Amino acid sequence: MSGRIREQALPSGVSSRRIMAMVRRHYYLLHGSIPRILEMAYWPTVQMVIWGFVTQFFMGHSSWVANAAGVLIGAVLLWDLLFRSQIGFSMCFLEEMWSRNLGHLFVSPLKPSEFVIAMMTMSLLRGIIGLMPSWILAYVFFEFSVFSYGPGIVAFFSCLFVMGWGLGMAVIALVLRFGLGAESLAWVAIFAFAPISAVYYPVATLPEWLQVVAWCTPSAYVFEGMRAVFIDGVFRTDLLMGAIGVNLVYLAIGAGLFAWSFASAREHGRLLQMGE
Amino acid sequence: MSTPAIEARNLTKKFGEISAIQDVSFSVEDGGITGLLGGNGAGKTTTISILLGLLLPSGGEVRILGCDMVRERYRALPLMNFSSPYVDLPHRLTVRENLRVYGELYSVERLETRIDELAERLDVATLLDRRTGQLSAGQKTRVALAKALINRPRVLLLDEPTASLDPDTADWIRTYLEDYAREEGATILLASHHMGEVERLCDHVLMMRGGGIVDRGSPADLLARYGRSDLEEVFLDIARDRVSTVAAT
Repeated sequence: MSGRIREQALPSGVSSRRIMAMVRRHYYLLHGSIPRILEMAYWPTVQMVIWGFVTQFFMGHSSWVANAAGVLIGAVLLWDLLFRSQIGFSMCFLEEMWSRNLGHLFVSPLKPSEFVIAMMTMSLLRGIIGLMPSWILAYVFFEFSVFSYGPGIVAFFSCLFVMGWGLGMAVIALVLRFGLGAESLAWVAIFAFAPISAVYYPVATLPEWLQVVAWCTPSAYVFEGMRAVFIDGVFRTDLLMGAIGVNLVYLAIGAGLFAWSFASAREHGRLLQMGE
Repeated sequence: MSTPAIEARNLTKKFGEISAIQDVSFSVEDGGITGLLGGNGAGKTTTISILLGLLLPSGGEVRILGCDMVRERYRALPLMNFSSPYVDLPHRLTVRENLRVYGELYSVERLETRIDELAERLDVATLLDRRTGQLSAGQKTRVALAKALINRPRVLLLDEPTASLDPDTADWIRTYLEDYAREEGATILLASHHMGEVERLCDHVLMMRGGGIVDRGSPADLLARYGRSDLEEVFLDIARDRVSTVAAT
């Protein structure tokens, strides 16, 4: 007989099938919506084109940029990666809220941890879809490829994705706690990190007290590491380890906030009420 | 003695100073349809939300199929399902896509066959490739019911399953629910303020008012006890606090 559930016995651990079900749900959403796909790729592409021309201009006027041609474009591409990672994570959750679907999801056997892993996966996919056109354009028009700097740069990429997930969990925790009124945080939260992430300038440029704050962000390690690769041709393992270490703290804080806000939502009945 | 399908003991839920429900206790035996009847604000949705584990009680205990819904809800959830007009399926997904996603979440075997079966029985086969947001209220209700039955739940919780439906569609849904409970031996708990629906479908009725259960019994028992000819009059007696008057007459 069809339709019998396979896991009549108790689902104790994390289920890849349920994770993939959620990934599938968001794939269906993207697959049926060209505007959503365009939105993901639009801003990174525009940013890259602008900064590509800025780089070309500076190359004739600045010996520093001339010596490290990719540093500005690389910074733009990596910053967008961080932004896309966080927004990709948060948007998956907001889509569930907008469609008033949280009640259905959380009376199914889907566990919050599976939901979070699915959102991480979708954030990765959305990031790749959104950034791919800008990477291709950077290569075609400005002969710049981040991948030409070796696998080390991919390790730094990964750190930015993980930081985006940590921040994404914190953002959706706030949305779960305060409702859709807090959804604009999904769009702006990351920009609080821009000045202290040392995206376009070294951490040493910041005032001393702010440098301490900057070293509390994984992104500062990543952008310093990126400059070490692009300018000095050196892969700084210490910076990668720093980024990983601080990321673990971000993930722990993000997961803790999400768990707390989920429990609070169950306490106050918000899982059933939330939506437009 | 068999384990009750649903067991609530001394359930209380407070939102700040406001008590949504207090000291709600009941037990629903395996199989059959039980109605949770009450007016707006009586505590039906709060009770159902607690049974589902979506809302944590301030006090008391819930067991579904023997599982404590605070500590062991993931043991019970694969065997349950739920439908409510207060929750939607994603509008931009087609009906088939929504059923696939939920079928996967419930780990349903031979999912495509199950979807086709449900589509035929619930008369949504022609809607499978349409976006859920484009459906009429009646069609959406049938699709929500298909989602709620995708895993052949042993316990089905329905919050106002025929709210805002025309009489024909509502009657059709009721007939289907009767058939499902009988054929599958499932337990259905149905929250409603539609008296005719409860009178027709339910073997047992829990009457709620002001966050508590004020009476219970089979529809026939309740009619006899209140000396009324239909449940709507019983409901009004309870809602308007005419119980003592009725009892006296």
